[in-house]
Amino acid sequence: MGTSVFYVVATLSIIFSLMVIFAKNPIHSVLYLIVTFFTFTVHYVLLNAQFLAVVNFIVYMGAIMVLFLFVLMLLNLNKENEPNKSAFVKILGVIAGGCLAVTLVGSFKAVAINSPMVLKNPNLGLVKNLGKELFGPFMLPFELCSILLLAAMVGAVLLTKKEEKANG
Amino acid sequence: MESLSNKKKVLEQKPLNLAERMYLPAILKGLGTTMGHFFKKSSTIKYPEVEREFSINWRGMHSLKRDEEGRERCTACGLCALSCPAEAITMIAAERKPEEKDLYREEKYAATYEINMLRCIFCGLCEEACPKEAIYLDGPIVPSDYLRKDFIYGKDKLVEAPLEVK
Amino acid sequence: MDINFVIEKFALVTALFAISLVIAMYSTYAERKVAAFLQDRLGPDRAGPFGILQPLADGVKMFMKEEIIPGNASKWLFMVGPGLAMLCACIGTAVIPWGQDLNIGGRVVPLQVTDINVGVLYIFGVVSLGVYGVMIGGWASNNKYSLLSAIRAASQNISYEIAMGLSIIALLLVTNSLSLKEIVEQQHGFGWNVWVQPLGFLIFMVCSFAETNRAPFDLPECETELIGGYHTEYSSMKLGFYLFAEYINMFVSSAVMATLYFGGYNYPFMDTVAGLSWVTPNLAAIFGTLAFFLKIFAFIFFFMWVRWTIPRFRYDQLMNLGWKVLIPLAIANIVITGIVIAVIKF
Repeated sequence: MGTSVFYVVATLSIIFSLMVIFAKNPIHSVLYLIVTFFTFTVHYVLLNAQFLAVVNFIVYMGAIMVLFLFVLMLLNLNKENEPNKSAFVKILGVIAGGCLAVTLVGSFKAVAINSPMVLKNPNLGLVKNLGKELFGPFMLPFELCSILLLAAMVGAVLLTKKEEKANG
Repeated sequence: MESLSNKKKVLEQKPLNLAERMYLPAILKGLGTTMGHFFKKSSTIKYPEVEREFSINWRGMHSLKRDEEGRERCTACGLCALSCPAEAITMIAAERKPEEKDLYREEKYAATYEINMLRCIFCGLCEEACPKEAIYLDGPIVPSDYLRKDFIYGKDKLVEAPLEVK
Repeated sequence: MDINFVIEKFALVTALFAISLVIAMYSTYAERKVAAFLQDRLGPDRAGPFGILQPLADGVKMFMKEEIIPGNASKWLFMVGPGLAMLCACIGTAVIPWGQDLNIGGRVVPLQVTDINVGVLYIFGVVSLGVYGVMIGGWASNNKYSLLSAIRAASQNISYEIAMGLSIIALLLVTNSLSLKEIVEQQHGFGWNVWVQPLGFLIFMVCSFAETNRAPFDLPECETELIGGYHTEYSSMKLGFYLFAEYINMFVSSAVMATLYFGGYNYPFMDTVAGLSWVTPNLAAIFGTLAFFLKIFAFIFFFMWVRWTIPRFRYDQLMNLGWKVLIPLAIANIVITGIVIAVIKF
């Protein structure tokens, strides 16, 4: 049963991610992205990673996508005021996309799937085990990540602050 | 400028102190006030069943009066219609026949007497203008209705009921 | 899968759904009555004795009204909005433990749809999803007031979610568990979490007022500035869904507050009551559930009491309160709680 559910959800996530790209209206695009994230949450639940599922749910679906939607609503993008893209930009886009595809294909080849990964501890995704793992062996990387986030936050605050010298 | 009455009071706007900035004391006080009202007696009067007492100078629906012998007092002089600022009153006068002597007090009476309640502003000028003390605005509130034609009140609704002889 | 299990869960879900809807229905009535009493009036009293049939009359009115979809609205999203608002409001009840386990014919029936071990976070996620209904509806209406209101709702929700999350973290330091069932079991008798986390409770409560868009934080539907807010263009039962979702949200957040801070189905002297000879374990569990609902109703009343007392905040005051007061307070609360716990353990 688990595998069939996985295939259904996986198909759904691919369909919705394609819809994100093909939707004409940016708001619809964001909404499809939200649904895509929801299917990801289901994937996490299928992997028995409850904490990750819920965090994905809260942080991505509940907060970041709300901000995306918020900004798009403020920008009010529609077909009329969309700037015409020049041929140059289009060619650049094609080249960039091609590069990405080549890289992806290369990486897939490098990690040829011969044996599927098996978790040693299937309950690793539960909060308690994940917390012990994070604050035990992975303490340093975890704290470094938080410092990185703090730096980003300080940077954002600095960017929004008006320079007082410029005024007077 | 110097205040003439010396009643002007300049209020000083002080910055909020800590307790005020916390909002909480003020919120609790407000909650207390509303809770006090929760247990107070409600001042609602359930209108159609219970009616509020009218004041003595209340002006409501008109009534055409009768005299002591039960005859209509109105003589269709038209002063009420003339004085009416909203032009709500119309009437048609008729001459009293000898056999109608116990119906109408004067020799001339109003055959039809209509007040358009949608036009009437209940100013009471008709009452003041009437030389025969025939019209008074002493009735209740004019009831609501669905059709405009139903607001034109004829004599059937205006003339007060004859006195019952006991 | 056990067929009894399916039946039992289905019955529980149906009952919860019905209870939420009935409570939401009668919350509209209660709101009008409470407002009336606080203002020395009587409130609705014509439909049935004391007006108790008023919600039915309102419901019939909602269904009978003409359905209007604005010309330039995005039709599909316009319809999704209210549905989403309703859905997010209803699914929050799934992880709340409504009472102690019942024992029916030798089977242990938990009065909780599912006891996932991240229950608190689930609630939190559902609450944060609730804003999508408002945003989608507001945007799809193609009306500037609706859009402004949707944007307000989004920024308000995100701002207060942070303080709410931080206040929960302090609580989790105390409980050591994310499962709502375990959190309730720990508060046996009168050992409620509010005694150890008064500040956390205050922050959580203020944030839940903001998250449910209730006064004094009902800026998304502030009629003096935005007509009707995000549901300006809505009519008929779609409007009904939005209004209903608000009341269900109020019910769910009251239940969450009662669960997290006021001991859920625990009440003082519950052991004495359970020890009485005529009280069977099932009866004791039902008493607990009744106590829980009593707490929920008290909170719902409090929500209404506050609404009819405190005027609406200004938008900048709202943001200041969220970012400059509640978040620092919540962080301080975490630090203090952490220190106290460390000292006790040491």
